[in-house]
Amino acid sequence: MSALQRLFKFHGGVKPAYNKEASTGLPIAVAPTPTLLVIPLHQSIGGMPRPLVKAGERVLKGQRIGGADGNASSAVHASTSGAVVAVEMRLMPHTSGLSALCVVIEPDGRDEWIARQPFDFRKASPTQTRDYLRDAGVVGLGGAVFPTHLKLNPGKHGKLDTLVLNGAECEPFITCDDVLMRERAETILKGAIIMREMLSARQVLIGIEDNKPEAIAAMEIAAQAANQAAGDLAMQVVSVPTRYPAGGAKQLIRVLTGIEVPHGKRSTDYGVQCFNVGTAYAVYEAIALGQPLISRIVTVAGNVGQARNYEALFGTPMRDLVALCDPLPDSDRVIMGGPMMGLLMPGDEVPVVKATNCVLVGSRKLFPPPPPEMPCIRCGECAKACPADLQPFEMYWFSRAKIFGKAQEYKLFDCIECGCCAYVCPSHIPLVDYYRFAKSEIWAREVDKEAADIARERYEFRLLREEREKQEKAAKLAAKTAAGREKAAAAIAEAAKPAATPEDDTKKALIAAALERAKAQKEQVHPGNVSNLTPEQEAEVTAIEARRAEIREMAKPHLRQDD
Amino acid sequence: MNNSPYFLKPASVQSVMLRVLVALLPGIAAYVWFFGAAILVQIVLASVTALAAEAVMLRLRDKPVMLFLSDGSALVTAWLIALTFPSIAPWWLTVLGTLLAIVVAKHLYGGLGQNPFNPAMVAFALMIVAYPLLMSQWPKVDATDFAGQWEAIFGSRQILDAMTMATPLDALRTVLRDPEQRAMIGGILGSKATFGNVGGRGWEWIATGYFLGGLYLLQQRIITWHMPTAFLATLFVVSGAFALYEPDRFAGPGFQLFTGGAMLAAFFIVTDPVSGATTPRGKLIFAAGVALLTWIIRTFGAYPDGIAFAVLLMNIATPLIDMYTQPPVFGHKDKRGDSP
Repeated sequence: MSALQRLFKFHGGVKPAYNKEASTGLPIAVAPTPTLLVIPLHQSIGGMPRPLVKAGERVLKGQRIGGADGNASSAVHASTSGAVVAVEMRLMPHTSGLSALCVVIEPDGRDEWIARQPFDFRKASPTQTRDYLRDAGVVGLGGAVFPTHLKLNPGKHGKLDTLVLNGAECEPFITCDDVLMRERAETILKGAIIMREMLSARQVLIGIEDNKPEAIAAMEIAAQAANQAAGDLAMQVVSVPTRYPAGGAKQLIRVLTGIEVPHGKRSTDYGVQCFNVGTAYAVYEAIALGQPLISRIVTVAGNVGQARNYEALFGTPMRDLVALCDPLPDSDRVIMGGPMMGLLMPGDEVPVVKATNCVLVGSRKLFPPPPPEMPCIRCGECAKACPADLQPFEMYWFSRAKIFGKAQEYKLFDCIECGCCAYVCPSHIPLVDYYRFAKSEIWAREVDKEAADIARERYEFRLLREEREKQEKAAKLAAKTAAGREKAAAAIAEAAKPAATPEDDTKKALIAAALERAKAQKEQVHPGNVSNLTPEQEAEVTAIEARRAEIREMAKPHLRQDD
Repeated sequence: MNNSPYFLKPASVQSVMLRVLVALLPGIAAYVWFFGAAILVQIVLASVTALAAEAVMLRLRDKPVMLFLSDGSALVTAWLIALTFPSIAPWWLTVLGTLLAIVVAKHLYGGLGQNPFNPAMVAFALMIVAYPLLMSQWPKVDATDFAGQWEAIFGSRQILDAMTMATPLDALRTVLRDPEQRAMIGGILGSKATFGNVGGRGWEWIATGYFLGGLYLLQQRIITWHMPTAFLATLFVVSGAFALYEPDRFAGPGFQLFTGGAMLAAFFIVTDPVSGATTPRGKLIFAAGVALLTWIIRTFGAYPDGIAFAVLLMNIATPLIDMYTQPPVFGHKDKRGDSP
């Protein structure tokens, strides 16, 4: 059935050495539970979950320890049973070397589960199911860790044409999806069936790069069985040409359906949604078995004696996994992810998290420092390699010159940072670094601008308020004066009844009142701190004035210079 | 330690430039075969001058000398200068041209990757304006007496008349400008001693050598098909149309493509990435523009070949061409243009 599928091409891409065989020789092994689990609360895109446990508490395996912060967030769970030792800041698995709030658990070795209840999603409303998945901590396991419940929404049309399962796995060294498909194809498809129902998708296309024949075979058998059981042909395994980054969601959607989802648009608006095969597996575990996401398959590869895939609990230190694989003595770094897009870890003690598809051990020999950077010769290799059809050398030019507006005109934010341009550049320019720099600068400026906007609004409001107060005061004063005049006029009228002309008296009274007001005003304006001084104070003031005059004289030539 | 990607394709500016030099070898071999070894002397002269000038300029500009000197870009410029100048030009003409190319056209504009104009073409244009006579003394075909050529380059140029002849382009221009001879154009072009089979005796084989080298560059993916195709096709169509319209006034496409610097330009000069257009459509427009201007200057102008001026004129238009030919990015590819 895969032969019938018409495939589309995406522009660009590269074919680096894949280095995948090293880690597919052995089946998935369960990594031993470490002596201490450090579970970061923030493991997905979206809001930072609130800690639900305190130091000293006992937790069960699968117990929620971080509650989703709003809907655009995802819960976090204890990976095994044990005691919460601390809820504190720990080093995060990120290049920045920043720390964030983690729940530190000392496992008790009993591995005692919470009560697990399957969730009958057919009886629940879609919103209930999505809330359930949010609280089960299911996020995209391809590496982007976008909360899955947010994507399990068919969008404005209420149904989709195609659910794409991403088994392409195009990054070199990484094989976690490959082995998962080989060994657990049936479970993945059970998850896909749930997802298809939630999305009302007509068909499910499972895209796998053609360098994984075993995974393709396993998935095809499982798909045939699923189709037979369902009595339709909805599930199709599609072998796609091996070319990095075929596993990028947008690239895979393009290859399988011909649809290009523009930057910033939802793929559901185009009738497609895409999930990683590991995510489908996690959805099944959460819904059919009642098990929240507490572990994942992690490839440990690179500069190691025996690369292998491990099912590792979140919170396991990366160094524990590396130690299982016999790292070579010249290893000098740990990378989370693959060599094209992976993040350099600030140390090997950082924990495995939901985004950890691979722990890649590096060395100077395996990943030599790049040759010296040369000027761009506009050869256009980067443009030929760019899967987003960008002109990377133009974006480089403007990013380097800090002309960020122009960089954005050349669609800087459509860049997916796949690294193809830097990979092919004959001048060895770290192009992606320039884009990251430009993007962060633009974001920073936007934040600054927002702050400035708020400040300006506040200032304008103050001006408005002052103006209003002034007007109110003026109005009050006018009312008072008018009242005063009436009173005066009335008094004069009283007094003038027997004697002089009322006009003169009115005038006199008005003048007197005006003089009175002027005197009062003058008193108010007069600065109080230099009147009524003692002789000593006056002497001091004179001395100070003299000193100031002296200083002014001394400063004169400089001031003139400035002029 | 660097960020991702952590490994790079084994590619370098040096390897690109070296392959360009290799691609020039078949044309150079044909040159030596038909016109003698003088061209090799000129290549050495230009190369040494270019490397020395590059080293001095890099030093003055505080750049790592060895790193940039070994990138090969100066050698490519030098070889192109040697191949576009007459092979029996006096030594100082080649040296002066090369100095202008490297010092002025390349380094004063910011060095590798920054020059808005093709350095070799700047050298050619300046020299042909300054020394029109010396730049028009081309060697006679089959006169491969090396001692005489050496003498012409380094010593007295008195024996020069015996060694030089008009290039086929010049010869044709003379004929076409003379109404009496014009009627016999068919017979003149048939004289194989000067005009060979298509593009001039000797010259057509050099052109074939450049063509083969160009195919190698295409196969190595150093250049794309856009520029050579657009250049050759435009020259073919324009010259063909005029030759059909008035055959005794305009030379046909076979001659235009295989004479002068047309093949060298198609694969090695218009394809200079630094000074040329970079977008796929831009490349087509750029190369077609060069071809059209070349044909106009060859046909109506006063200079023996128009490629240098054509290239420089199109270099001026490069930023504009690139700006208007930006290809749509992923997800923005509908006919309305920017937003789907």
